[in-house]
Amino acid sequence: MSFTQETLAELREIAGRYPQPRSGLLPMLHLVQSVEGRITSEGIETCADILDLSPAEVSGVATFYTMYKRKPVGDYLVGVCTNTLCAVMGGDAIFDRLKDHLDVGNDETTADGKITLEHIECNAACDYAPVMMVNWEFLDNQTPESATQLVDDLRAGKEVHSTRGPKLCTWRETERVLAGFPDGRVDEGPAAGPASLVGLSIARERGWTAPDTDETAAADGTGAESKVGAAEQADTSRAESETTQEEGQKNG
Amino acid sequence: MADTLTPVLTDDWDAEQSWKLATYESRGGYQALTKALGMAQDDIITAVKDSGLRGRGGAGFPTGMKWSFIPQDNPKPKYLVVNADESEPGTCKDIPLMMASPHTLVEGVIISSYAIRANHAFIYIRGEVAHVIRRVQAAVAEAYAAGHLGKDIHGSGYDLDVVVHAGAGAYICGEETALLEGLEGRRGQPRLRPPFPAVAGLYASPTVINNVESIASVPSIVKNGAAWFAGMGTEKSKGFGIFSLSGHVTRPGQYEAPLGITLRELIELAGGIREGHSLKFWTPGGSSTPLLTDAHLDEPLDFEGMAGVGTMLGTRAIQLFDETTCVVRAVLRWTEFYKHESCGKCTPCREGTWWLVQTLAALEKGQGSESDLDLLLDQCDNILGRSFCALGDGATSPITSSIKFFRDEYLAHLTHGGCPFDPAASTLFPSLSSTAVGAQA
Repeated sequence: MSFTQETLAELREIAGRYPQPRSGLLPMLHLVQSVEGRITSEGIETCADILDLSPAEVSGVATFYTMYKRKPVGDYLVGVCTNTLCAVMGGDAIFDRLKDHLDVGNDETTADGKITLEHIECNAACDYAPVMMVNWEFLDNQTPESATQLVDDLRAGKEVHSTRGPKLCTWRETERVLAGFPDGRVDEGPAAGPASLVGLSIARERGWTAPDTDETAAADGTGAESKVGAAEQADTSRAESETTQEEGQKNG
Repeated sequence: MADTLTPVLTDDWDAEQSWKLATYESRGGYQALTKALGMAQDDIITAVKDSGLRGRGGAGFPTGMKWSFIPQDNPKPKYLVVNADESEPGTCKDIPLMMASPHTLVEGVIISSYAIRANHAFIYIRGEVAHVIRRVQAAVAEAYAAGHLGKDIHGSGYDLDVVVHAGAGAYICGEETALLEGLEGRRGQPRLRPPFPAVAGLYASPTVINNVESIASVPSIVKNGAAWFAGMGTEKSKGFGIFSLSGHVTRPGQYEAPLGITLRELIELAGGIREGHSLKFWTPGGSSTPLLTDAHLDEPLDFEGMAGVGTMLGTRAIQLFDETTCVVRAVLRWTEFYKHESCGKCTPCREGTWWLVQTLAALEKGQGSESDLDLLLDQCDNILGRSFCALGDGATSPITSSIKFFRDEYLAHLTHGGCPFDPAASTLFPSLSSTAVGAQA
């Protein structure tokens, strides 16, 4: 299939958001996935054409990032976090159960084309472990039972909501949001999930706050005063050695 | 002495529709912007320097100092890039911040850009968090509509455009120069430094790259003063930070406290380690920071305190594991992550992480011999400090620290002929054994 004039205009619009058009390539590839259901050769060639790059250059980018898929993805990309913390807390058990329940392996799609299952790396929701993502929306605090129910509901076409976000849309619809075209669902879901608020709730109960501005003493000026001093304060030996090296080059 | 918890960045998170501009402004939001636009730009940089704010993305580089490295006599455009590629295993603070209070970040972006004289700023958000991207996109749109962004902001003569950019899945793009590559539409592989981004960053122009939490801290510093910020925390680790507790603890979640709080205090606030269990090991700031044990409960969680016990404060991503957890399994899984995420640019990391997985996986299965522990440490020695960027360094942290504290547990895998732990016991649903599952079905 070929891209419509509307899609071509949107691809150019993405490139136009940036001082240099090539910066638009990552979101442009998200839009390609939204339209085509995966990264296609035609999508690569079209992006290359718009950005005045070779298809090989675009292909090199598309193959680097894990969110770009070369095989068709189901309506729902179901990811189970199996990085250490989630794995230990139950992510491994959930992933095993889903592989069994759906009769697919990692990065495979069910025969009905509904669900693509994959294990994912840390998705920055560790306080809600074990975590799953469906089309990059959070499904927090999962169990093997809740996970099988979730995929059954998705396959049955039932309405499913993210635990910290909107009603789930399709993977292709999500990819359009990532390309920078909002879908109007921003006000769905809560501001924060329960775990995000535990510290704040304790502070509220106990009357703990940041100090008032008039309570504070004058700054005592312990800030780093030189580049090398700043690098020495930095928490990596790497910053220090690189800065020393740079200063050495400058002074040498 | 500040209170035990000091909600500043998290303070709006429980407000109704806290992500909306109207909510943010009703709670004092964008007052710091008004104040900043009336200040000399260098005075803002000085205030951030005097506050003692150090980068909240892990490295702890002084933020105001970073800003002052931007050569203002360079005729090229200056850029601010926000690193919102939160991916370090265990780290989960920037994502809830952007979901609940995106305007705190946007206001910080405007003030910081103004200070460094940037007319273009970019917020690079990892792609795997659709709803967070929606919230930040909407906040930027609202800020434009309110005149906080765009041309001649509030009659100041200052122009700023902000682009929300979604990444596409690559841990390495949290490394600042790899992030710039991604933002330029290339494979996310780190650049050789120097030149540093402050001199030649995005489009080879002077660029400041700061973590979300660093930038989000700026409005409070401008509004309340450097002394207010510096009045919290410890001597060289000033201010507050979000501590993220996860794992085998009764109430995992986000706890915003002055730097220097101890893990003992945090665990107490979190209701203790899960009932009937005890702490075995923990990471202070993500998987790339060497792990610690229950012997380190009273160390101050600040940059110096953590360096003093051979680790790093990192992103304050405190992952807690109790005695049911096999440390070898935990470390193997992290190592598989680093292997998967190694960008392939440099040989020590690309090949080294592969070999680490081979060696560890065999040990975890009880294969090999005690000398393989020395082999592992030798492999680490060939990666640490010899790889192109900090990813390779980070890959060695869990291995060397776990062998230091739990050598016997590695050996137990050899004598036991495999892992002596029951993985079901460490899950949150410990009834999950084959018989229990069968009974439920």
